[in-house]
Amino acid sequence: MKQHPVAVGRLTTLKLLAQRFTVATLVVASFALMLWGKADTMLSESARVAVSDVTAPILNAMSQPASTAADLVSEVRELATLRGENARLSAENQSLLHWQTMARQLEVENRLLKAQMNYVSDPDPSFITTRVVGDMGGAYVHSMLVNAGARDGVRKGQAAVTGEMLVGRVMEVGERSARILLLTDINSHLPVLMENSRAKAILIGDNSDRPRLSYISQNAVVEPGERVVTSGHGGAFPPGVPVGVVVSVHDGVARVEPFVHRHRLEYVTIVDYGLAGILQAELGGGTTR
Amino acid sequence: MMGTLLQRLDVKIRHLLPISLMILLFLFDAIPKRLPYFTEISPILPLAGIYYWAIFRPDLLGAKSVFLLGVAYDLAMGTPLGVSSAIFLGLHGLGQSQRRFFYRKPFLMIWLGFSLMAFVAMLLQWAFISLIYGRALPTEAAAFSYLMTISAYPVVSWFFARLQLVLLKNA
Repeated sequence: MKQHPVAVGRLTTLKLLAQRFTVATLVVASFALMLWGKADTMLSESARVAVSDVTAPILNAMSQPASTAADLVSEVRELATLRGENARLSAENQSLLHWQTMARQLEVENRLLKAQMNYVSDPDPSFITTRVVGDMGGAYVHSMLVNAGARDGVRKGQAAVTGEMLVGRVMEVGERSARILLLTDINSHLPVLMENSRAKAILIGDNSDRPRLSYISQNAVVEPGERVVTSGHGGAFPPGVPVGVVVSVHDGVARVEPFVHRHRLEYVTIVDYGLAGILQAELGGGTTR
Repeated sequence: MMGTLLQRLDVKIRHLLPISLMILLFLFDAIPKRLPYFTEISPILPLAGIYYWAIFRPDLLGAKSVFLLGVAYDLAMGTPLGVSSAIFLGLHGLGQSQRRFFYRKPFLMIWLGFSLMAFVAMLLQWAFISLIYGRALPTEAAAFSYLMTISAYPVVSWFFARLQLVLLKNA
């Protein structure tokens, strides 16, 4: 089919213009998405949750071989350090037996005191243990994807712990998956308590690996080495869960090293504390179960 | 008739290779790797992919696909929506515009080009996310992530090149 050369030339220029126009519109659309994502968080949240519901099962299947490989590596490593580990564990066992006796005595004493004061104890939490299927890589994201969702009882704002220590809180919940916000993320604000001085503070992440303590109450002095635990304010978190240790106080800013390291997380327990906390009230109660 | 229909279907499926590989890269990014301190400095593998296809087969990974991939990446990773679309589009545009220059150059030149463009892309990413959060985010993790990304380029590019030779030779 012979085309007039001028017409062909015009067609290609038009095509080029159309292409450039598409790219320009898409770039503008990206910036619009940035603004929109910042303004309307509910929509971006539901979109993210929809995507994670799709990717979580796939990641779950994909990470089986990776975790088997990681298990093999740690098995070999463990064999190498067997003797030293044995000695260390025996010593630890001794001190733990001592703590166990003390704990039993304290438990009895506690029970008696509670009975005397008619103390109303906190409700018993229920647990949902789930596997971490996605560790979102990158310098700006400190969140993880887990394989349990609303159908397993996970709700927004619940605490995620592993082996007694706090990992983070549930920030988004889908049907089959949930996203956990780690303590180090820039959006993480956690009400905490100094274990010894009982001073209250807020642990704020800033995308570094050591979140900082702010709004310390009573202008208490914070020393390095002090343990930090959750205070349970806001109702959604169980109180007294170990969070980390204060490692440095620099220019008046205290930094906390969390007990939990991200790369060691394989299973995470989500604590359903029973009380929905302030998040539910904030959302007007008219949202997800 | 059946013959040409199957042929066209075959070609269409082969043309899906770049997009499928990109999705694989996303999933690979998301798998927990359990290496100490690796996650914060992990490479942004999709950048390598987008650059590669922009140079070698821009017809198979166009601006619309790149935009959608950016949106999917943001949604899957949890980064603010729109940031990855913008930088993916930028890298794609840059790569495509310099395509004629890079197409026949040795691998080292292409790699150098990627280092420069990835630097701009990741700088922009830092700037956008800092703007969105309203404060300057720490740069160390981002800097190391950049180094990891440019180190990952040869691996990604080799892998894609092999697949391209096998599956897309005549398509």
